[in-house]
Amino acid sequence: MVERTVVGAHYGLRGWLAQRITAVVMVLATLVIVIGIWSAPPLTYAVWKGLFAKWWMGLSLSLFSLAVMLHAWVGVRDILMDYVKPTAIRLTLEVLFLLALAYYTVWALQILWRT
Amino acid sequence: MPDLAAKKKRPLWYNVSLLNLPLPGLVSILHRASGALLFLGLVWFLFLLDMSFASEAGFAHFRAYLAHPLVKVFMLGFLWAYLHHFCAGIRYLFLDMDRGVDLPAARASAYAVLAVSLALTVLLGTKLW
Repeated sequence: MVERTVVGAHYGLRGWLAQRITAVVMVLATLVIVIGIWSAPPLTYAVWKGLFAKWWMGLSLSLFSLAVMLHAWVGVRDILMDYVKPTAIRLTLEVLFLLALAYYTVWALQILWRT
Repeated sequence: MPDLAAKKKRPLWYNVSLLNLPLPGLVSILHRASGALLFLGLVWFLFLLDMSFASEAGFAHFRAYLAHPLVKVFMLGFLWAYLHHFCAGIRYLFLDMDRGVDLPAARASAYAVLAVSLALTVLLGTKLW
């Protein structure tokens, strides 16, 4: 029997695993957020703001935002690797999408914690 | 001796019609497409969320905006994309854990993903409309 040692940087595995962990986080967060909005009284501005000021909504949405960033990054990278073959264009798009995701995350957290 | 150059030039014809894919294949490509769509929609969702929190007037504007029929159609599309991505994602988590990987089970779960996400879209869509 041949003992093979798997070598490499394992970046792929890390991304793959991160995508799955963040998926589970988002499933749970989605359930909390949907139940939160569903059980709220008729939505007025005060109710809407009050709802998102609750700690469990803030926590769920913050975790969701961070999870989306990691999850979408792995997905976007996979799609670019599959369909955009010229390295220069792919690299440019990767940088642009990564910057966009980073900006969205900061924006999301800012929206959530401003209330 | 066969003419290799002529052989290479033979036309290829792939049937890339989505409906020609086996069911798990359809779920797979829709999972990718819905993921890409959701990524593209992120900026819009954040813009709407920001508007809804900004002020009383912003919230009123947000509600009026969401009541527009065209916006509703787009929202319905995104709702389906989210639900499909959600259901198919759960299916993949189970497949990753080696659950339901034999062909009949994989076909049945692929069918369930399509059916449940469409049914939930109709259900939630009519509720929100």
